[in-house]
Amino acid sequence: MAEFLSLKEAVSRHINDGDTVAMEGFTHLIPFAAGHEIIRQEKRDLTLIRMTPDLVYDQMIGAGCAKKLIFSWGGNPGVGSLHRLRDAVERGWPNQLEILEHSHAAMACAYEAGAAGLPLAVLRGYIGSDLPKVNDQIKFIECPFTGEKLAAVPSVRPDVSVIHAQRADRKGNVLVEGIIGIQKEAVLAAKRSIVTVEEVVDDLGASVNACVLPSWAITAIAEAPKGAKPSYALGYYDRDNAFYKEWDGIARDRDAFQAWLNENVFENGGA
Amino acid sequence: MSLEFTSSEMMSVTAARALNNDMTCFVGIGLPSEAANLARLTHAPDVTLIYESGTLQTKPEVLPLSIGDGELCESALTTVSVPEMFRYWLQGGKVSVGFLGTAQIDRYANINTTLIGDYREPKVRLPGGGGAPEIGTNAHEVFITVKHSKRTFVKDVDFITTVGFGRDGKARDNVPNIGRGPTVVITDLCILKPDPETKELVVTSLHPGVTREQVIEATGWEIRFADQVDTTPEPSAKELEVLRDLKARTNAHHAGQQ
Repeated sequence: MAEFLSLKEAVSRHINDGDTVAMEGFTHLIPFAAGHEIIRQEKRDLTLIRMTPDLVYDQMIGAGCAKKLIFSWGGNPGVGSLHRLRDAVERGWPNQLEILEHSHAAMACAYEAGAAGLPLAVLRGYIGSDLPKVNDQIKFIECPFTGEKLAAVPSVRPDVSVIHAQRADRKGNVLVEGIIGIQKEAVLAAKRSIVTVEEVVDDLGASVNACVLPSWAITAIAEAPKGAKPSYALGYYDRDNAFYKEWDGIARDRDAFQAWLNENVFENGGA
Repeated sequence: MSLEFTSSEMMSVTAARALNNDMTCFVGIGLPSEAANLARLTHAPDVTLIYESGTLQTKPEVLPLSIGDGELCESALTTVSVPEMFRYWLQGGKVSVGFLGTAQIDRYANINTTLIGDYREPKVRLPGGGGAPEIGTNAHEVFITVKHSKRTFVKDVDFITTVGFGRDGKARDNVPNIGRGPTVVITDLCILKPDPETKELVVTSLHPGVTREQVIEATGWEIRFADQVDTTPEPSAKELEVLRDLKARTNAHHAGQQ
């Protein structure tokens, strides 16, 4: 059964230096509160996995939490670059960052394979692309039935996955609604999982086919209202697109970034 | 009487006109999204728009800033998970058109959204592939829309993120279960299409008022022109009005959000 913990306790107990951590949420329900707690606890040498690193990993990379990033699209959606990610890749600030890059289709398949307990994912992908030349985790195999050449990537099996969801009931069952992305697969693929939620309620109010993660499939739950801001939680608050635009200016400059981090993450105890 | 319009508007309207009601279009963010929604709000109200966040048959009122804005989910027929989107809907062959933008494109319509320079020591690191590598091969065909400049239109891309026709124009030959690839590239100056034999991009239509010299000047290889080069039809008053409204609505929406 999932254990209800404070966010501080959940991060402290379940995320260790050197862990492979996947924090998912495809534009929607990005676990920012958890990311900020990881920054505050100064976790180091993490291998971070996320299809779209987004601002949350830009912040964690800039704060020095990461040694490696596995991703498939590293931009600020509709705005431009992730400048902290670029600074780490192009100039090694604040530390060298190894990158391993995929396509979305491959990462989605790799999470699904992880959830399914398989060692690899197979897809019709990467045809003619240079990505296999720079990522040794992309191979090609022959279909034993048709002979077709298909791409293969190792499954994603994180030490810990972190997601944000709308709500949990008091037993720890969790409802995810709207753009459900890859959250279910991320949780099921991981050894341990932390789910932050907007609120804990008596009744989830889930329809029969809703995306529900049962309590016994989750390690820890922490209540974190507004825990996905500046991304959004359908039914609770909208994406703060103005902040996504503003981030471009903050993240361009190391000093501006550090000032922002001090004021908004370190000096603010978080949810 | 001729209407006033910008080259960007000319590009969006022309790109929108490439879509029709029977198409199921996997939409990239930015210019493709603007064109696809313009099509839906003008001549192609029943075009099916799909975004990689899992939103199927979506009808946003304003253009999304990201690929997964709430607007896309709330106005969609249904929203599926990301693995389902890529495996069943895209790889499963349900997408007729992939509509992509790019940072660099070369003469064989290969596109680069990964980086400028050397992979290990990039001059400029770009966001990366996202959905494009598999959209480019699993959609039945691909439309590309991008502004025309020498920086963007290069002889050979620094990195093939998403294959057009490869380094020699033959990358799709004898590959089973692969789409036709890029069939049209729409810029703010002209329309280009791959030569049926060599697959090299050739100018087939110039936008009104654009000269051959302008296109030559903005292209990083010796660009060829088709035997017959058309003049792209001007935007209509209705198209311009709908496009301007859409952009004004979108800007007000994203600026006002806190």
